[in-house]
Amino acid sequence: MDLFEYQARDLFDKHGVPVLAAAIATTADEAEAAAREIGGKVVVKAQVKVGGRGKAGGVKLAENPTDAREKASAILGMDIKGHEVRTVMIAAAAPIEAEYYLAILLDRSNRTFLVMASVSGGMDIEEVAHTAPEKLAKIPVSAVDGISLAKAKEIVAAANFPLDVADQVADVLLKLWEVFQSEDATLVEVNPLVKTKDGKVIALDGKITLDDNAEFRQPDHEALVDHAATNALEAAAKAKNLNYVKLDGQVGIIGNGAGLVMSTLDVVAYAGTKHGGVRPANFLDIGGGASAQIMADGLSIILGDKDVKSVFVNVFGGITACDAVADGIVQALELLGDKATKPIVVRLDGNNVVEGRAILAKAAHPLIEQADTMDGAANRAAELAAK
Amino acid sequence: MSIFLNENSKVIVQGMTGSEGTKHTRRMLASGTKIVGGVTPGKGGQILDIDGHQLPVFNTVAEAMSATGADASVVFVPPKFAKAAVIDAIDAAMPLVVVITEGIPVHDSASFYAYSVSKGTTRIIGPNCPGLISPGKSNIGIIPADITGAGPIGLVSKSGTLTYQMMYELRDIGFSTAVGIGGDPVIGTTHIDCLRAFQDDPETTAIVMIGEIGGDAEERAAAFIADYVTKPVVGYVAGFTAPEGKTMGHAGAIVSGSSGTAQGKKDALEAAGVKVGQTPSETAQLLRDILGR
Repeated sequence: MDLFEYQARDLFDKHGVPVLAAAIATTADEAEAAAREIGGKVVVKAQVKVGGRGKAGGVKLAENPTDAREKASAILGMDIKGHEVRTVMIAAAAPIEAEYYLAILLDRSNRTFLVMASVSGGMDIEEVAHTAPEKLAKIPVSAVDGISLAKAKEIVAAANFPLDVADQVADVLLKLWEVFQSEDATLVEVNPLVKTKDGKVIALDGKITLDDNAEFRQPDHEALVDHAATNALEAAAKAKNLNYVKLDGQVGIIGNGAGLVMSTLDVVAYAGTKHGGVRPANFLDIGGGASAQIMADGLSIILGDKDVKSVFVNVFGGITACDAVADGIVQALELLGDKATKPIVVRLDGNNVVEGRAILAKAAHPLIEQADTMDGAANRAAELAAK
Repeated sequence: MSIFLNENSKVIVQGMTGSEGTKHTRRMLASGTKIVGGVTPGKGGQILDIDGHQLPVFNTVAEAMSATGADASVVFVPPKFAKAAVIDAIDAAMPLVVVITEGIPVHDSASFYAYSVSKGTTRIIGPNCPGLISPGKSNIGIIPADITGAGPIGLVSKSGTLTYQMMYELRDIGFSTAVGIGGDPVIGTTHIDCLRAFQDDPETTAIVMIGEIGGDAEERAAAFIADYVTKPVVGYVAGFTAPEGKTMGHAGAIVSGSSGTAQGKKDALEAAGVKVGQTPSETAQLLRDILGR
C-alpha cells in the first residue's frame, strides 16, 4: 500500500524524523483555518499518489490564511494525471538552503535492503540518477544487521554530505530505518530532505510503501487505507476476501492460482486479437479451495460488472478437485438465478476432471459451455464477448 | 537424476500438526516421499499417526535431524511464525528448506534469507511456492504427484498452477525435477540456481522456464543462459495484460515503470536464444519441436 504524503509525514513524526508543522484540509475553509493555526507563510500541497504534482500546479506557496484559502480552493478538485485531488496538506514554509535525497528500499534483484542517498535532491532526482549516477550513493543494508550509527555515518560519508549536517543526516537515517523496520515498509523515501537557512535538517516531503503481508502485526495500518479510491467492484470483492483486480475489457475471468490467472488474461487478450480486440475484464484468483460459496461470490462480482459480455472459468485442479469446482459453478448459478445472464465458458483439467466435466454436462445449464483446452476456451470466450 | 532432492531424501514437516501440515504430509507420503517426522515447538514427544505412518514430533529442527537423519524440511507454518521456523532450520544447518507458506512479510523473508547466506549451509526454496517434485522419487511440497511421471525435462517456475499446467501439457514426456520457486519479492532459490542445476544434471535434456512480471529475475536468467546453459531452453512469461502498479496476487507480480514488464522479459529471453511461447500450450509445443516428440 502506498501512502499519501501527509500519512508518511505523520509516520515520520511518530518515529522522530524531523518534519514541519502541518495539517490536512478537504475544504477551503479548513485550509484557511489550518494556515491560521500554523501561522506565517504556508505551502498548500495536493495529496495524490502520483509524481509530478509540483509541475502540474498542485503545490503553491501562500502568503497568509486568506491566500491559503484561495490556493486550496484552486487545488482541491484538480485532476493530476487521472488522480482527483480530494485533500490538501497545509505545511509551514521553510527557508531552504540545500535539498538532499534519502531512501531506504527493498532491493529485489539483490534480495537485500538498500539505502540511496544524494546531496543533489529535489524534483529531478530521477534525472540525477540517470545522467550523473555517481551523485547517487547506493549502499546495501543487511536485513539482519540493519542500520547502526556506524553504518549511518558510513552512508553519510559515502554520499558526501557536508560536515555541518553530517550528524543530523545520520540521525535522520537511523530514524528512517526505525520507520522502515517497525512499520514493515518496503520503501521509505525523503525527497527533498532539506537544510534550512538556520542549519536544521528536515524531511520536507516523503513517500512510504507498506507491506500488505504484514497486516496481521500492523493493526494501525488499516486506518491508512484510502477507501474512496477503491473501485466499487474491487471493494465488494475485498469484502468477500477475493483477490480481484478490475481491468477494462469484456471477458470476465475466474481462475485458480495467480500465475495461471495472469496467464489466462494474456491468452484471452491474444485470442481477442482475432475477435475485434476484446480483452479480459478482470483478474480474479479464487485460490486453492473453490467452494460453491467462493465460486458464487466470484461469479456474482463478475456478472455485476456491466462491461462483462462473457465469462471464462479456467481451473487446473491441483489440490482443488474439479468436481468440487463444477459443483460450485452449478450451485452458484442456482444461487444467482435470473441475475446470471452472460455465457460462461468452463475449462477444467487436472484432479477429478472426468467427474467435474460430467457434473457440468449433467446440469446442462443453458449458459455453460465446456471447452477441452485453455487456448480453445479463451478463443470461444473471446468470440462470445465480441458478439 | 534430479536436482536438490532424490529418492533418499529424508524429509521433516515443520508445522505437521497443523491442518495444512497434516493434509499435505498425507499427500506427500502417498506419493512416496520419505517423511521421517515433524517439528512443532511445544509439541515435542508426540507421535502423529498418518495413514499408518507413526511420525514423531520434535520441538526443534536440530532434535529432529539428530533423531531421524533428515536432510530436508518443508515449512507449513503460518506467516506469523514462519520466520522463527526457518531460522530454527538454518540454525540446525538443514541442507534444504522448502517454505510453502504464503503471506510472509518481506522483512521476515529478507531476514531469514540474509541469515541463510551468512551461515552458508542451507538452501531455501520459496517462500510462497508449491515446492518441488522429482516424479517417482520424492515430492516436497504441494505439487500433485499424479500429473505426470519421470522424464528428461527440467522445469522452473514462479507460479504453482502454471507449473501444474505445464507438467500436464508435457505429461507424456515427463520431468526430471519441477521446481516452483515462488512469486514473492525475496525468494531463496532463483531461476538461475535451477538453470545451473539442470544444466549440470546429466538426466535433464531440456528445460522449461516460466516467469512472470515484476523484478528482473528473468532478465538475469536470460544473461545466465547465454553464458552457461547449452541445453535447449523454452520459456513462457505471464502478465502481458497486467496493468502497471497493480498487484496480481503474487506479491512480486507488480510492474513499476518500464522494468519488469512481460515484453521486456520475453525480449531478453529471446535475445539469449530461448524460444518463448505466447501461451502455455504453444510453449509446450516449442519444446516438443526441439525434442522431436
